[in-house]
Amino acid sequence: MTETQPIIEMRDIEKHFGPVIALNGVSFDIRAGECHCLLGDNGAGKSTFIKTMSGVHKPNAGEILFEGKPLKFDSPRDAMEAGIATVYQDLAMIPLMSVTRNFWMGREPEFRFGPLRFIDFKKANRITMEEMQRMGIHLREPEQAVGTLSGGERQTVAIARAVHFGAKVLILDEPTSALGVRQTSNVLATIDRVRKEGIGVVFITHNVRHAHAVGDRFTVLNRGKTLGTAARGEISAEELQDMMAGGQELAELEGSLGGTV
Amino acid sequence: MDDPGLPERHFRNSGIPTVTDERLRQVSPLRRALVRPELGAICGAILVFVFFFMIAGDSGMFGPEGVQNWTVVSAQFAIIAVGACLLMIAGEFDLSVGSMIGFTGIVVAILSVQWGVPTWAAILIAFALSMAIGALNGILVIRTGLPSFIVSLAFLYILRGLTIWLSILTTRQTIIGGVRDAAEGDWLAALFGGVIFKGFFQWLGDIGVIDTFSRGTRAGQPVVEGIPMLVVWAIALIIFGHILLTRTKFGNWIFAAGGDAQAARYVGVPVNRVKILMFMFTAFCASVFAICQVMEFGSAAADRGLLKEFEAIICVVIGGALLTGGYGSVVGAALGALIFGVVQQGLFFSGAESSLFRVFLGTILIMAVILNTYIRRLITGERG
Ligand SMILES: Nc1ncnc2c1ncn2[C@@H]1O[C@H](COP(=O)(O)OP(=O)(O)OP(=O)(O)O)[C@@H](O)[C@H]1O
Ligand SMILES: [Mg+2]
Repeated sequence: MTETQPIIEMRDIEKHFGPVIALNGVSFDIRAGECHCLLGDNGAGKSTFIKTMSGVHKPNAGEILFEGKPLKFDSPRDAMEAGIATVYQDLAMIPLMSVTRNFWMGREPEFRFGPLRFIDFKKANRITMEEMQRMGIHLREPEQAVGTLSGGERQTVAIARAVHFGAKVLILDEPTSALGVRQTSNVLATIDRVRKEGIGVVFITHNVRHAHAVGDRFTVLNRGKTLGTAARGEISAEELQDMMAGGQELAELEGSLGGTV
Repeated sequence: MDDPGLPERHFRNSGIPTVTDERLRQVSPLRRALVRPELGAICGAILVFVFFFMIAGDSGMFGPEGVQNWTVVSAQFAIIAVGACLLMIAGEFDLSVGSMIGFTGIVVAILSVQWGVPTWAAILIAFALSMAIGALNGILVIRTGLPSFIVSLAFLYILRGLTIWLSILTTRQTIIGGVRDAAEGDWLAALFGGVIFKGFFQWLGDIGVIDTFSRGTRAGQPVVEGIPMLVVWAIALIIFGHILLTRTKFGNWIFAAGGDAQAARYVGVPVNRVKILMFMFTAFCASVFAICQVMEFGSAAADRGLLKEFEAIICVVIGGALLTGGYGSVVGAALGALIFGVVQQGLFFSGAESSLFRVFLGTILIMAVILNTYIRRLITGERG
């Protein structure tokens, strides 16, 4: 991975919820074309952290640099417009609606008919099929309800949507946690494709093996703090696993992480 | 065992085979045709027609007058069902539709008959008031986060009480007559009363397709004068609702708001605006119903529209909409209204006990809900 300027750089982010210190000085950055995995046990603050990145929460302290310039997001909408797309596991899709309707929701393509405007379903269906194809999924038909798709295919629709609408950074919050082996490899393959298109992927997971399969860099969060960031090849899956488990052998890890702890 | 992850080689290979699920291909075209919201209503409508053709075919039910009779009744149901349908798909209910019907009628009557306001102005004011109340209903639901069931139930009582009180306060009675006289020659009132295509129906009468009156002041005129404005409104609202829902961006937002409001908000759908607008549209439909009825009867009564909210909801559910929102069809709701109208009038034509109508209603409602739940499973592929 060549040293390019990060798309987003988060410096010493702190976030408090009343007395709870969810984030206590977390630094993190994401570059174009890389997959940066954010690992951590339950309650480590992963979701809170990416929510500050996607404009849902405002940090109590710390700064966010977007393409080198300091930036404040007032809403998720701002972050989306800037090119930060987030796929939350639970509320990505509406099962009763068709793939096309989900894909274009909020940004439907239209054609004019006199003073009236209608959804251009021909175009919408065609592009949906193409984009899904690009992510490696053959849809039976774009009108099929999202509910008939598997969990992994649903994640892929959400990812394809983000990519199509020009995401520079794609944040995936535990996209594989509810999936089986085959589905997981499909989603991991999708992450790989997205990365190759030059998009920065933030991949949150509990599962070290999933992270290790696609990650270029790994950051471990523990109780609101970063335990450090390591590049691919600098750390083994077992070492990551140990760190997540609580970092008992911190001293030993410090060496293997190259002093970034 | 844990997922083994993917071999490196697999990723670097540019020609990754695309994932196809061969099991998906086995869905038969028949099943695909079946999995649509209107299915139950289409079957129901056919059944109902066949049934009454058999038991009441010679009673005049399918003669010109009979057809007009059940068409008008169905159109009444359809007008309020279109509003209820879009609102239900957007994930909300409005139980105050019946009270709104009484309210709008009384407002028009008080303004035009008691206060001498021109009828067109009275109608516009009534529409504005009812839609404002619809908006208030919606805003309360959004702001409080309470179920619309409860909020609109409160409005059911508030509006009905207010209507009776207003009527008694201004006229000392709950029925206000003389609306038709006041509306004589009014351009806007003409949109809600009377018939169109008079000439065409006269011609049909002249050539003998439709019977004509043989005696009295209307001798020579056809027994069916034309197409009532009420029916025109119903058809217009059905077409409008159907196109809005299935063909436009806003329609997509209606589905999204009811399907999963949070997911919709996340992608930038203005869910609150959509829901409030749908409450206003439901109120609009109730007012169209009310004003057509007032123009037809020539009077307004404070107790009009009783139970209409439930009849509207039943039409919508027969039409295949899910009570939980996010799924349904305006065409289905219109067919639901047709079934409703045909059965109600059919029982009358066949001389059956009219109380049986309610028995029928309850039964068909249960059947529709069971069928809808089943169809929903097919669509979402709900596993368990
Ligand atoms: N809105 C909130 N109000 C109060 N406390 C919160 C809020 N959101 C998160 N927290 C707290 O912040 C901490 C971090 O939570 P977070 O959801 O970020 O963890 P996570 O790493 O995503 O965990 P998981 O792996 O279980 O998803 C937890 O202790 C949680 O209780
Ligand atoms: Mg989380």
